[in-house]
Amino acid sequence: MEKSEGVQWWGGRGAVQSFAAMTASITAAAGGRTSVGKKVAVAATGLIGVGFVFAHMVGNLKVFLGREPINHYGEFLRDMGEPIFPRSFVLWTLRLVLISAVVIHITLTYQLMQQSRRARPIGYEYTEPVRKNPAARTMRWGGTALLLFIVFHLADFTWGVHPDFQRGEVYHNLITGFTRVPVTVIYLAAMFALAMHLYHGTWSVTQTLGVNQARWDRTIRRGATALAVVIAGGYSIVPLAVLFRLVK
Amino acid sequence: MNLTLKVWRQKSANDKGAMVAYEARDISPDMSFLEMLDVVNEELTLKGEDPIAFDSDCREGICGMCGCVINGQAHGPDHGATVCQLHMRKFKDGDTITIEPWRARAFPVVRDLVVNRSALDQIVQAGGFVSVSTGSAPEANSAPVGQAVAETALDAAACIGCGACVAACPNASAMLFMSAKVMHLGVLPQGQPERYDRVSEMVETHDRLGFGSCTNIGECSAVCPAEIPMDVISFLNRDLIRSRAGRGMKRA
Repeated sequence: MEKSEGVQWWGGRGAVQSFAAMTASITAAAGGRTSVGKKVAVAATGLIGVGFVFAHMVGNLKVFLGREPINHYGEFLRDMGEPIFPRSFVLWTLRLVLISAVVIHITLTYQLMQQSRRARPIGYEYTEPVRKNPAARTMRWGGTALLLFIVFHLADFTWGVHPDFQRGEVYHNLITGFTRVPVTVIYLAAMFALAMHLYHGTWSVTQTLGVNQARWDRTIRRGATALAVVIAGGYSIVPLAVLFRLVK
Repeated sequence: MNLTLKVWRQKSANDKGAMVAYEARDISPDMSFLEMLDVVNEELTLKGEDPIAFDSDCREGICGMCGCVINGQAHGPDHGATVCQLHMRKFKDGDTITIEPWRARAFPVVRDLVVNRSALDQIVQAGGFVSVSTGSAPEANSAPVGQAVAETALDAAACIGCGACVAACPNASAMLFMSAKVMHLGVLPQGQPERYDRVSEMVETHDRLGFGSCTNIGECSAVCPAEIPMDVISFLNRDLIRSRAGRGMKRA
């Protein structure tokens, strides 16, 4: 990978290590608490994720403005904060916050999942759920699928495993990336998983942070549906536009 | 009606247990589910076999004693009702019905369909009470309670502690039960002195007793015979956050 121009990120290892230590201590602090305390931390880190996927989606839509605007936007993400901060500093800070959020989100969810597993050592012979809400029941599987997708997606578009990858050429990488139909299919499937996760996740956040009330429940559910559709939809129209050659 | 029952039989807490099939003959559709089990048990007794052990008391849906998972649903296919209020007309002639006890680590099976639900009592002991001064009764109007608050408290207090929420929860969590208590006492003036300690103590006890962690699916509320809504859980979460924030402030 070409390092000369992209990552002249200073702070070096020390900053990464202190960030890792901070993440570990937040996880341990929340982990030493009650199940509800852990859930609050999962909800808070989930909200960071919602903020990220929304911003990323809006950024992607710049592809419809053409090659120059989206490449310029990609460059802006690295320049952000200059000249107060060095190049890439703000971007890397945001990335570390995001990585920590993902680590905390997954670690605590795993601990809560283990608590629930232990809570029913002998299962039922037969169960017939009354609430058949697939979004609520697939949070763990959907979340795992999303994690795998994130790794794939980073490898493809950020680390440059992509066969025709040109660093800094966001527009080119995007168009050539989505002309590969299997990638588009994986991407669209992941966006479906994202929509499901976002729908139950955002509604659940209001429940876990204690802002939900019976009289607002329907409104919050509609809001969660709208958010899931807008975000997953916003992402999905980009590869679909490439597939149908609306952007070239 | 003639039915085939597949019932969980377990002699004692240490017995392994298994599903056993029984035929229930000449059942009237007007019988309650428990009366149907009584008929089956009479037959078993006449044959010299052990009757199926199950809990029941008032048989009018208000005590919270009865409860088992029928055809995969806590308290069976009728909603907003306990097993004793479930009638055989909800089933068809020739049906096969599976009957299992509440399944949770915190609810060990005592025998057949009878489980030990003292874990719920321990959660209540941890914080489900209010401190009152002894002596003569206070003036009734000294602690005014608005109509809306009284209704909210009474809705939460409708919980009969049957444990169906735990049984139905894919995580075997007792959040709905616990939250009903926290809300019932937490909205009333009498419940204020212990409000934030209550929620903290109850949640810690809940986790220690081996209940699972809520994922907001809502199966609890869907099977609840008292139809306790999901937003009681939101109330508990809010109070726990405030409780922890308050403790942090005190330490600072």
